[in-house]
Amino acid sequence: MRCQQCDKQAMFHITELETGEVREVHLCEDHARNYLNQSEGASQPSESAGPLGVAQTAEELSELDQKVCEMCGITFFEFRNQGRLGCPHDYVQFEQELEPLIANIHGAVEHTGRRPQRPSDSELPESTESLTQVIGLRKGIREAVEQEDYERAGALRDQINKVLDNWHAEQQTADGTDSAQPSESPSNS
Amino acid sequence: MIKLDSLTNSIGEWLKGTGPESDIVMSSRVRLARNLAQYPFVGRASDQERGEVQQFLRSRLMQLPSRLPLDYVDVGGLGELDRQFLVERQLISREHAEAAGSRGVAIDTHEQLSLMINEEDHLRIQCVHSGLDLESVWRQISAVDDEIETVVPYAFHSRWGYLTACPTNVGTGIRVSVMLHLPALVITRQIDKVFRSLHKISLAVRGLYGEGSQAFGDFYQISNQTTLGKTEQELIAQVADVVPVLIDYERRARDFLVRETEQNIHDQVSRAYGILRTAQTISAEETMQLLSRVRMGVLLGLLDDVDVSDVNLLLVRTQPAHLQKLRGVELDTKDRNIERARFLRKYFESGSAEAN
Repeated sequence: MRCQQCDKQAMFHITELETGEVREVHLCEDHARNYLNQSEGASQPSESAGPLGVAQTAEELSELDQKVCEMCGITFFEFRNQGRLGCPHDYVQFEQELEPLIANIHGAVEHTGRRPQRPSDSELPESTESLTQVIGLRKGIREAVEQEDYERAGALRDQINKVLDNWHAEQQTADGTDSAQPSESPSNS
Repeated sequence: MIKLDSLTNSIGEWLKGTGPESDIVMSSRVRLARNLAQYPFVGRASDQERGEVQQFLRSRLMQLPSRLPLDYVDVGGLGELDRQFLVERQLISREHAEAAGSRGVAIDTHEQLSLMINEEDHLRIQCVHSGLDLESVWRQISAVDDEIETVVPYAFHSRWGYLTACPTNVGTGIRVSVMLHLPALVITRQIDKVFRSLHKISLAVRGLYGEGSQAFGDFYQISNQTTLGKTEQELIAQVADVVPVLIDYERRARDFLVRETEQNIHDQVSRAYGILRTAQTISAEETMQLLSRVRMGVLLGLLDDVDVSDVNLLLVRTQPAHLQKLRGVELDTKDRNIERARFLRKYFESGSAEAN
């Protein structure tokens, strides 16, 4: 069965029982999420809020759409279309844009649950942003190889390995175990 | 695939029909969405990156410090029937079965844990127990999550929590669900009212689906909608707190049916049983619907020659992929319906003993 709003396979089959009447809605995952989020926040329906609940004019929206993640290269427009982000860095890159959307979905903008376990003597990491840099570095290698700039590709490779080595060293101090190192293979072109 | 064939003859945790409140609560499930910090999310990863993610996670999951015994299944390398089989056992999602590219699942021997690699997120950890048992599900899954975190760099942000491909899962990445069998609320037409009140407290209700997309049986899954701004325990409580209320409603509705409409309900249950024992061709949907009635009849003491465990077993074994794997051949829908009816007749004839 196809989604009622696009061509994808319908994954969600929602039975609405609003006015004592039964109504079936068949949607793909993306549209179902939108649909459920809408019906959840139905107490304040705002047509002007735009698809993301971010109130803005057409010009503002098109400017926003062109923002690009410097790690994975996804544009905000692509995200709006697919409903999926490209990499962990998007939450930093698009933080301002995502905030109203996340507030709309969850009614909150701050994580209060579990955090990664770290040894008591080290500071909690602000985030795993340093590791996420690797995504952008890998993209840089692909571009360097395309331009046949192998020196630059090699330098970037070294940088990646340094970041991954740092993480590995941290882990070892954390639990004292020796886990296999997540180093990069040079076959990444 | 030795592993999969050995599963065919077991029933799987979610339909074991044991555990607290198992007359109404089929299973309790928690899943956590996690991603690696050093790779793009699955939807944006190149084929090579997806392959690396699968390799990286597989090697770490299969050698966790506690030596958690897991079997790894390369889902991308399976045929359609085997993938469907895993969906029917609720070990992988339908999306995971139907996706393309490098992906896999690690499953523990009791089929309580399943760890999907390259679903929508790099890692989706799921834990299922029979009956109402969210506390111990949480204990088990959080221990596994902690252990994985010692060897895998999860993408985490101090403000947004665990980072996920879809913002609807960000923060805790947790989905808590309880699957309930609510036939009496359906028959007495009170289920609408129940759904409405659940939506008000922002819980999602989904039917359980069989072949195609039609809702079947009277099985409903209740789960949390939001994942950010509350702790995991608070989100679990959100679901757990409402379950006893639903159990109470369902029990009262069952009592009402027996008290006020006994002849009628006895008739409905007996007819359902009669069809299952004698039909010559039967669809998966009709089978589920009838098994649901029979299950309620057994629990109300209206049928005494069937056990609830038989019904639970049949619920999974009459599903399309299970039926074909038990039979050992691929069958089209028409032949499946004939085989399903044959399987059911044989099962009930042999006095609920082994039918295969």
